[in-house]
Amino acid sequence: MIEDKRIRELELFAQEIRLETLKIIHSRGNGHIGGSMSIADALALLYGEIMHYDPKEPLMKDRDWCVLSKGHAGPALYATLGLSGYFPVNEAYTLNDFNTRFPSHTDHLITKGVDLTTGSLGQGFSQAAGVALGNRLQSIESDVYVFIGDGEADEGQIWEAAQFTAHYKLKHLIALIDNNGRQLDGSCEEVMSHGKGLGAKFEAFGWNVIEVQDGNSIKELAAAFEKARSSELPTALILHTIKGKGVSLMEKSGAHSAKPSAAEWEQMLKEAEEKLMTMKEQAL
Amino acid sequence: MSYTLIGNHQKDPRANCDGYVDAMIEMMKDDKRIVHIDCDLAACINATRIQKAYPERFFNAGIAEANAMGVAAGMAATGMIPFMHSFGVFAGRRAFDQAFLAGGYSHWPIHVIGSDPGVTAAFNGATHMPFEDAGLYLTIPDAVVIDSADYVQTYALTKKLVKQEGITYMRLIRKDHKQVYGDGSDFEIGKGVLLKQGSDVTIVASGIMVNNALEAIEKLSLEGISASLIDMHTWKPLDEKLLLEQAQITGCVVSAENHLVNCGLGSMVAQCLSEKLPLPQEFIGNHSRYGKCGPQSDLEKDYGMTAEDIMEAALRAIDRKG
Repeated sequence: MIEDKRIRELELFAQEIRLETLKIIHSRGNGHIGGSMSIADALALLYGEIMHYDPKEPLMKDRDWCVLSKGHAGPALYATLGLSGYFPVNEAYTLNDFNTRFPSHTDHLITKGVDLTTGSLGQGFSQAAGVALGNRLQSIESDVYVFIGDGEADEGQIWEAAQFTAHYKLKHLIALIDNNGRQLDGSCEEVMSHGKGLGAKFEAFGWNVIEVQDGNSIKELAAAFEKARSSELPTALILHTIKGKGVSLMEKSGAHSAKPSAAEWEQMLKEAEEKLMTMKEQAL
Repeated sequence: MSYTLIGNHQKDPRANCDGYVDAMIEMMKDDKRIVHIDCDLAACINATRIQKAYPERFFNAGIAEANAMGVAAGMAATGMIPFMHSFGVFAGRRAFDQAFLAGGYSHWPIHVIGSDPGVTAAFNGATHMPFEDAGLYLTIPDAVVIDSADYVQTYALTKKLVKQEGITYMRLIRKDHKQVYGDGSDFEIGKGVLLKQGSDVTIVASGIMVNNALEAIEKLSLEGISASLIDMHTWKPLDEKLLLEQAQITGCVVSAENHLVNCGLGSMVAQCLSEKLPLPQEFIGNHSRYGKCGPQSDLEKDYGMTAEDIMEAALRAIDRKG
């Protein structure tokens, strides 16, 4: 179990990720704020505590992999990678600029620390399964973490990959389902519902399923990862998250992609900075 | 590159797909990185022999081609060398977004094998008859695209694919093919084979059309016409040097393919000629039609792909030289 003190440190890291994610998206003025914020806590836990990696050797053979199958949350990953030492985080303030190394959707060809190129939804999951299988063939004991959006789970490829992963018992693959309940055109319920729920679906596909009631809680996430480790099956963590978590304007709107006004940006950045300051003060 | 031409229009007793399988089994012995991924069609190309020889490096992904392509990309990302097989219609259309992004754009070496090209799908009919598969792969900027002619060529080129660093696509005839090359012939990706040196017309063919073109050339010679024949097994990168050299000598060209002519070998040849050496060109192949069911010989007639069709096209091309 992780100690409470460590959890508070990771919560602080998550807030740093949120602030930097906002700054990265602010550099362009618009982007996928909601779906970046909902996974900030899971990213903080993975890169702050769980994953084995070396920013100086991003292609290290026995590293753990993190695949953002919901590739549009690139800014959250850039903030995390920057804060974890892969590059100065302010380099990512060039989001989507001409010839930038930081496009909205993650691309392993141009960004240090990005493991696989994603963006066409569903594809990251299959590739992550291939990585888990390739590692197994080479007796590499690394874990592969793959973030999947609940909207993304509309894609048929997600379920092809789910059956493949279970069939080949790729237990080193851990899927983090960002169940924030919203997709581009509205709520998942309105746009395309998931029947008995994503947990039930993964269970029917033969996965070890762990529901994380508050997917934005580092403590709950940490407990879930602990449980996942003991499974002989691939594990799906169903993260019940809030789209835009930690940014009150975005939590309210739940927007997939947003273009806030200058005044709204000012408010969002101020709110995130103040929260970070408060957390730092409390930590002392 | 060295080869012997047999070209007596006799069927090879070996199944063409065994050219792929035999090469794979030999390569997999020494190179532990090589894997075969199938989509529940392994038995169709005798890849069950790969499964038997190397069960730990054979993976059936089931009838789920998009995922199979993605898995191949992921395995390649860890340093493995995946070959992925399905019928050409599925390896093409069904898994194309994955081939384009997870393979092509991502620069992971995936070797895609699409079986039953064009009319060779015969009795499986329209739904299983790919006339556009190679055309799709031609749109991937740095893909290698191959239409192999017989067992010997398939065997030799499979061994060359493994050295390619990006995505490749090879059309694989399964059965009922005629032998063109003698055993031990060797080929290079991107290097066409000048099978006949002529002076009146250049025929550029690949796959099953190589044998048909050889027959056409015999008929043309009876009319006193001398034709060059290039086996352009690699469509991309196209051997422009050889094409232009022969086009210059003969002054006109016939392209002959078991594929749609507007997005295949003929269009690759036409683009090269129109940019560098504008000359009359006639197109043999499928002119914007869907596939259909029937014996291969009937289909070849129906789509205008026989030796007679090639011969007539050659005469038209020569006429147009003016």
